[in-house]
Amino acid sequence: MKFAKTLALTAALGALASGAAAEMKIGMITTLSGGGAGLGIDVRDGFMLAIEQSGRDDIEVVIEDDQRKPDIAVQLADKMVQSEKVDVLTGIIWSNLAMAVVPAVTAQGKFYLSPNAGPSALAGKGCHPNYFNVSWQNDAFNEAAGTWASENGIGKVFLMAPNYPAGKDMIAGFKRFFKGDVTEEVYTKLGQTDYAAEIAQIKASEADLVYYFLPGGMGISFMKQYAGSGAEKSVMGPAFSFDQGILGAIGEAALGVKNTSHWSKDLDAPGNADFVASFQEKYGRLPSLYAAQGFDTGLLLASAAGKADVADADAFRAALKEADFQSVRGDFAFGANNHPIQNIYMREVVKEGDVVTNKVLGVAATDHTDAYGGDCKM
Amino acid sequence: MSTILIIEQLLNGLQFGVMLFLMAAGLTLIFGVMGLINLAHGSLYMIGAFCAAAAAGLTGSFALGLVAALAGAAIAGVLVELIVIRRLYDKDHLDQVLATFALILIFSEGTRWIFGSFPLFLDIPAALSGPVALPGGIQYPAYRLALIVAGLIVAAGLFLLISRTRIGIQIRAGENDREMIAALGVDIDRLYTFVFALGAALAGLAGALVGAIQSVQVGMGEPVLILAFVVIVIGGIGSVKGALIGAVLVGLTDTLGKIFLPQLFALFMDPAAANQTGASLASMSIYVLMALVLIWRPTGLFGARA
Repeated sequence: MKFAKTLALTAALGALASGAAAEMKIGMITTLSGGGAGLGIDVRDGFMLAIEQSGRDDIEVVIEDDQRKPDIAVQLADKMVQSEKVDVLTGIIWSNLAMAVVPAVTAQGKFYLSPNAGPSALAGKGCHPNYFNVSWQNDAFNEAAGTWASENGIGKVFLMAPNYPAGKDMIAGFKRFFKGDVTEEVYTKLGQTDYAAEIAQIKASEADLVYYFLPGGMGISFMKQYAGSGAEKSVMGPAFSFDQGILGAIGEAALGVKNTSHWSKDLDAPGNADFVASFQEKYGRLPSLYAAQGFDTGLLLASAAGKADVADADAFRAALKEADFQSVRGDFAFGANNHPIQNIYMREVVKEGDVVTNKVLGVAATDHTDAYGGDCKM
Repeated sequence: MSTILIIEQLLNGLQFGVMLFLMAAGLTLIFGVMGLINLAHGSLYMIGAFCAAAAAGLTGSFALGLVAALAGAAIAGVLVELIVIRRLYDKDHLDQVLATFALILIFSEGTRWIFGSFPLFLDIPAALSGPVALPGGIQYPAYRLALIVAGLIVAAGLFLLISRTRIGIQIRAGENDREMIAALGVDIDRLYTFVFALGAALAGLAGALVGAIQSVQVGMGEPVLILAFVVIVIGGIGSVKGALIGAVLVGLTDTLGKIFLPQLFALFMDPAAANQTGASLASMSIYVLMALVLIWRPTGLFGARA
């Protein structure tokens, strides 16, 4: 009797051990509190929806809040690598946090999938075989917008972005293909909420167009203040300044504004309508582009997990690189530096019933790829 | 550099200053009268904004939103004073900082739990949307002008309250000698609760007024709290007059520094470097101001106590 019990126990332990070997542990570090919380929550919810829909119960996700602070993100990454023993990290929203975390974790042999943030330093010289960007390189939307502005006869622009790596990348991206003049280039504080001084500068400027990158709460504050200021210049920006979370709080002040994005909820891509419907059903709100990026990151991970065991790093890396999943953005592939090759669309803010949202106008850049791939040696 | 732009920036600085004053007045009163460092003052600012957004969302009236902000923040202030703060008066400042820091976390998470993590919509009333034309051809947002007026009215009301009323006499006496006014038969517990509720209501009002042009979200109070501390250190701890002058100084320094420092450096540097240096120095400017004031007057401009 005792023998039989021991045997059963051993068998159970054996089963458990083999089960554990096939399991994969994901560490998600993202912003769930403070001014940027909406972005992190959307990425998390999109990612978890994809994992849930994939039906894989062998993927375990550990989620932590970085509070948009680089030092806390670094501590969390250490904890996840050292004590949680995760195989793959993901989730970071902000480029300054990505710069603090990504090089360290990829150097330790872990994989990092970026669901948002694509600092230029990690696309060029700092690229790494274990770092996959599933969202965009920071310059991308802005390069498309700069081209569009030139083609549509805009001569003078006023540029504004927060003073941190992504802000500088976005402005550099816009200037790369823009042929007109930049009258002013203003860098604000990250997290700034009052833009009265900048708006007065805009009013005094000779520019035809204000192009700005202000994600999260910053964009809400700016647009509301701009609408009441009597300034009449038209505004434009990358989608981060006009995503679904921001539009809900700005309201009609944003109607008619153009912005560039790789995704939109009305985009005609296979699976996109299902994604929008299932996200809305599960969470009771419209998905933003951050949610779409989180969803795609989850799909990519599930596709790679179906092809290779994460313990075999080379095979898993090759499986990731194939990007064998149906992105809600339509066509998606990785370039040589593991950054996306994808279309960038021009969108316009419109009102559908009571909801202020974005609508696709057309393609702004086809199969767009970033400008830093040439510096990447791997 | 046109005169119009300079005047507009001066107005912007003044508007920022009077809103800071609403925050700093409560903070300095609470510190002056009760000797309490209240880190949770920023949470009361946030509560005011959320109450206003919720009430305005339900009723569609901005005025009712302001009433809700005043009431909500004052009630939160009274509850916090009765339940937590009352136990901290005899403790040293470190205990007060720890307890009120805990309150920040509780209020932030509580608000997130009720309202979610996404920013709330609170719009300015239709009558004040759009610009007004000022003499000299200046187009200035009507709402910001209204903020300046509202802030100055509150400041005047606060001075009258403190200098002309019985409760004001008790507040001033409380700042000077707590034991003595208790011995004279003033109900010190009630006075403390009143001062705390007054400070909370002012913070709530500031949150609602500013929330309408910024975004109403969890954690909105903490950046303002830091500035409010700078203001009361410059103005002198416990002095409402000091808080007003300190707030306007900080508002003007911050706004003008942000605009004119990069342009100043552009006179002798290339534009990109001037932008960088100017922006970095501008974000330090109020702390430089604070350091200079403290060198000149270690107790702040109107501070009595060391």
